[in-house]
Amino acid sequence: MTIQVRIPTPLRRLTDGADEVSIEAENVGALIDNLEAAHAGMKDRLCDDKGDIRRFVNVYVNDEDVRFLKGKSTILKEGDEVSIVPAIAGGAL
Amino acid sequence: MIDFTEEQIERYSRHIILPEVGGEGQSKLLEAKVFMIGAGGLGSPIALYLAAAGVGTIGIADADVVDMSNLQRQIIHDNERVGVMKVESAKQSIEKLNPDVVVKTYPYRIDADNVREIIREYDLVIDGCDNFPTRFLVNDACYMEKKTLISGAMFRFDGQVTTFKPHEDKEGPCYRCLYPEPPPNGLVPSCSEAGILGALAGAVGTIQSVEAVKEILGIGQSLSGKLMTFDALRMEWKKLRLRKDPACALCSDQRTIFDLVTYEQACELPFGK
Ligand SMILES: [Zn+2]
Repeated sequence: MTIQVRIPTPLRRLTDGADEVSIEAENVGALIDNLEAAHAGMKDRLCDDKGDIRRFVNVYVNDEDVRFLKGKSTILKEGDEVSIVPAIAGGAL
Repeated sequence: MIDFTEEQIERYSRHIILPEVGGEGQSKLLEAKVFMIGAGGLGSPIALYLAAAGVGTIGIADADVVDMSNLQRQIIHDNERVGVMKVESAKQSIEKLNPDVVVKTYPYRIDADNVREIIREYDLVIDGCDNFPTRFLVNDACYMEKKTLISGAMFRFDGQVTTFKPHEDKEGPCYRCLYPEPPPNGLVPSCSEAGILGALAGAVGTIQSVEAVKEILGIGQSLSGKLMTFDALRMEWKKLRLRKDPACALCSDQRTIFDLVTYEQACELPFGK
């Protein structure tokens, strides 16, 4: 099924500036792989060498962090929205 | 409750007539002590709104001087104060706005040797710093000193705001529940060279001020356990759930961090390059 994925500004270089992309996927792991296939470089930003989601990047399905669901095995259903929320530090700048 | 002067009754009248604030709430604000890290993009609106609200004591830490390139967003400073310590400039602006406020300045970097002692004097801590090491340091120190921390961050067109108070809210996470440790060098944006939409700082910092005032008054819902994100290009706010990490090295039963940790500044290739 088609899932809407929200892309944070730091990653929009990889999506030609798109703030949202549509990806076919049954679960979060497949979504990351298909995201990589459509927008090369994405997986490296989101996952470490072992393929686990990096700890300073949080992936949400709707308003819930996938770490508190089933991680990359989290099943996606029609209408779900996935958001990628990287750690950001700026403030005084 | 404080005996207000006539000037104070007039100054705070729009607060006092709110049933949720009233004279009692305004007294709480005047008696409150808030410590802010950073007198920059976020610190500017935070300090100005807290001062206008009559927060009685505001402590501000920042080691930098005002630079011309700051003025695009750091609205507490001005053209004539380029080269002046930011904390000094902020103090002048606050005193001009509201003479009720006592401003304490800390014109140096917050580090592992000074942070706990400084925040101990305050009721509430607001983080608007520009780097990960300070964010972790402040989070850990606030947990150790049982202080509520209102955290805000921004990058280019994105903003994030949340409140950490695991000492009060058993289900409440800390910053390490969200991110266990700083990202390795080069993997996420943290450089001050990165661009930033000026008014974004106002949007994010103002939400932090609203949260701070509510926290002092004890009204409404807290952002503890929620991450508010703002995407200025889409013009969209979202509220995501933040959960306590049952394995958090700081605030869980499996605690392993008992002393403050000093991390190196990560500031190389931004995340999106
Ligand atoms: Zn924690």
